[in-house]
Amino acid sequence: MRRVLLLAIFLVSLPAAAHKPSDSYLTLRVGDSMVDVQWDIALRDLEYAVGVDADGDGAITWAELQARHDAISAYALARLTISAGGARCASAAVGHQVDRHSDGTYAVLRFAALCPKDARGLAATYALFFDLDPLHRGLARLEERGATRSLVFSPEQPTQPLAVSGSSPLRQIAEFAREGVFHIWTGFDHVLFLLSLLLPAVLRREAGRWVPLPGFRQALWKTLAIVTAFTLAHSLTLTLAALEVVTLPSRWVESAIAVSVVIAALNNVYPVLERRLWMVAFFFGLIHGFGFASVLGDLGLPRDNLLAALVSFNLGVEAGQLAIVAALMPLAFALRQTWLYRRLALSAGSLLIVAVACVWLFERAFELRLFS
Amino acid sequence: MRILSVVLLAAGTCVAAPFVPADPKEVLETLPVASADPFSRELRQLRLALASDPRNLELATRAARRYIERARADADPRYLGYAQAALAPWWNAGAPASVLVLRATIRQSLHDFPSALADLSAALEIEPRNAQAWLTRAAIQQVRGAFGEAMESCRPLERLAGELVATACWAGAASASGQAEASYERLRDALARQRGASPGVRQWVLTSLAEMAEGQGRSRLAEAHFKEALAVAEPDAYLKAAYADFLLDQGRDAEVVALLKSGIRADGLLLRLALAEAKLGLSRAAGHVDALEARFSAARLRGDSLHRREEARFTLHLLKQPHDALRLAQENWAVHREPWDARIYLEAALAAGSSGAAQPVRDWLQDNRVHDVRLAALARQAGR
Repeated sequence: MRRVLLLAIFLVSLPAAAHKPSDSYLTLRVGDSMVDVQWDIALRDLEYAVGVDADGDGAITWAELQARHDAISAYALARLTISAGGARCASAAVGHQVDRHSDGTYAVLRFAALCPKDARGLAATYALFFDLDPLHRGLARLEERGATRSLVFSPEQPTQPLAVSGSSPLRQIAEFAREGVFHIWTGFDHVLFLLSLLLPAVLRREAGRWVPLPGFRQALWKTLAIVTAFTLAHSLTLTLAALEVVTLPSRWVESAIAVSVVIAALNNVYPVLERRLWMVAFFFGLIHGFGFASVLGDLGLPRDNLLAALVSFNLGVEAGQLAIVAALMPLAFALRQTWLYRRLALSAGSLLIVAVACVWLFERAFELRLFS
Repeated sequence: MRILSVVLLAAGTCVAAPFVPADPKEVLETLPVASADPFSRELRQLRLALASDPRNLELATRAARRYIERARADADPRYLGYAQAALAPWWNAGAPASVLVLRATIRQSLHDFPSALADLSAALEIEPRNAQAWLTRAAIQQVRGAFGEAMESCRPLERLAGELVATACWAGAASASGQAEASYERLRDALARQRGASPGVRQWVLTSLAEMAEGQGRSRLAEAHFKEALAVAEPDAYLKAAYADFLLDQGRDAEVVALLKSGIRADGLLLRLALAEAKLGLSRAAGHVDALEARFSAARLRGDSLHRREEARFTLHLLKQPHDALRLAQENWAVHREPWDARIYLEAALAAGSSGAAQPVRDWLQDNRVHDVRLAALARQAGR
């Protein structure tokens, strides 16, 4: 009877006036080869786990806390692992401070976790107090290059990747699109290929000579046909390669791209194919797509967001390509009747492109560096 | 949402900048002194004993029960975590009935009602005569507004736990569902008959009587019950909060400040203290509002939904943001249906100027024939 009555006290429900539960606060600043950590842990919790109040008077003084600093660092650091690619990053130089939070005073630990340079796969594993108080949580703010994100460590989720961008699908998409634009702008082989095909788009061959096209519409149609064919072709192979349906050795692909530039430029000087340049664009576009795919592979495609990343990268490539065309096309049209354009830009320019592409071809085929 | 939580975390962590104290003697934190407090001493001994014998079921359940009692007395969820840790060997698999009941109690305290009810059903399968399991089940059914089921769960207690406990169990549900006066009288008479009840049970029953009297608008009677409950044993956080609410309704704000000024660790008490200070125009209120805001942010960040009722009240009366308060009150109403949950919902709906939003609560009050003068007045206002 008595035991039941004692138990009956449980009836009154608790939550009407709950305390703040036990949390620790982490700030993780991710740098190039290190993670800067600030870790605030409640003195109450440290007293329970490690013992801080040496004289047992219920008042924790700064001197008592200082005397336990080594024990606290050893206890805490054994329960927070920062790793890169599965290997533990060494923690160094622990500094101690205190801070006041809404529910009392916290010990502040500062240290740096030193990881290999350019480490991929940064992660943190947190186990503080989970054995003593499974309701404890580690609340972390992750900072990387000005971006921030929050993480919660719990017994159910003790390990979290330390990547600000890795988690937000929107940010990821934007990043891949940017990479796409960047790649077409800095990938001179793609630009020179496109240029070689577009230079003669404002002209036409008549009795073995280049003659300006009379109207803008015609020039625009020709340009559009080439750009569209190139886009369709490289989108197709980019997708096939990214999804690992077709894989080709990159040495072969890179050499073939150089060959495509040589052929396209040479065709301007010694025309073999005079019409239907869009077919050339399509055929060689297939090879350029494999080239884009190798860049995408280097960026590290997110498994969970593969399709979105692929599409956004490709859209980035198209946007970059359209910007080039939009800048080039009106200029070429305006200058198409001049000697400067036909002799210097088209003939001499194409020969220069051939020369550059031949160097690439040689370098890529034999894996040499002629000019570096 | 993510951006929001980052901002909130920033608010939670950057209360001040870390510093190195200048004076080694500076007191950074004060905690209960174990040597002076028998309860703390007992818990420490239990913890040591359990550390050397962690698979001792009898020891582990005793420790967990005492931790839960401490959690209730101090309103400190840390002790719920300690209780869970004590039960760790049986927590995930192979829990006997005694552990199931304790696990249900911990889960109920964390508002995980479906899991708690499942634990209790499992425990009652094994031990149909487990009084605690019936009691806890009734309590959960009552806070969820399932008054009929709660009264059913109270019935076996007559045999298993005696008249007073059974009556108190039944009266809690009955008073909220159309039998306010009858249940008050029955419980008062049962207490009068049972002179030998332990102080803990007397305090619990007196608190219930005070709340029932309050609901009927009988303030003097409520006051007398509260006073007696406060005197019969050391008041826990629940009783202090209930009495503070009573005083706030009476406009006796200075008494609230006097009652609570030492208890600011518990969120719920800090909320009532800040409400009183704000009404009195005391400058301390601002600091307490900041502290509460930081605590609610941290709770939201860790994914707790425990504090929605308090947060709704905080948002409505201290931040003066009725639309946000209404949203919180609605979220709270989905899981928690006690008079206070209905009250904050109605108050927020009225303040937000959307009486229509209050319709679910008005229907619920009518369907369950809830008799509470304050709720009735609010519902009438919302119905206009």
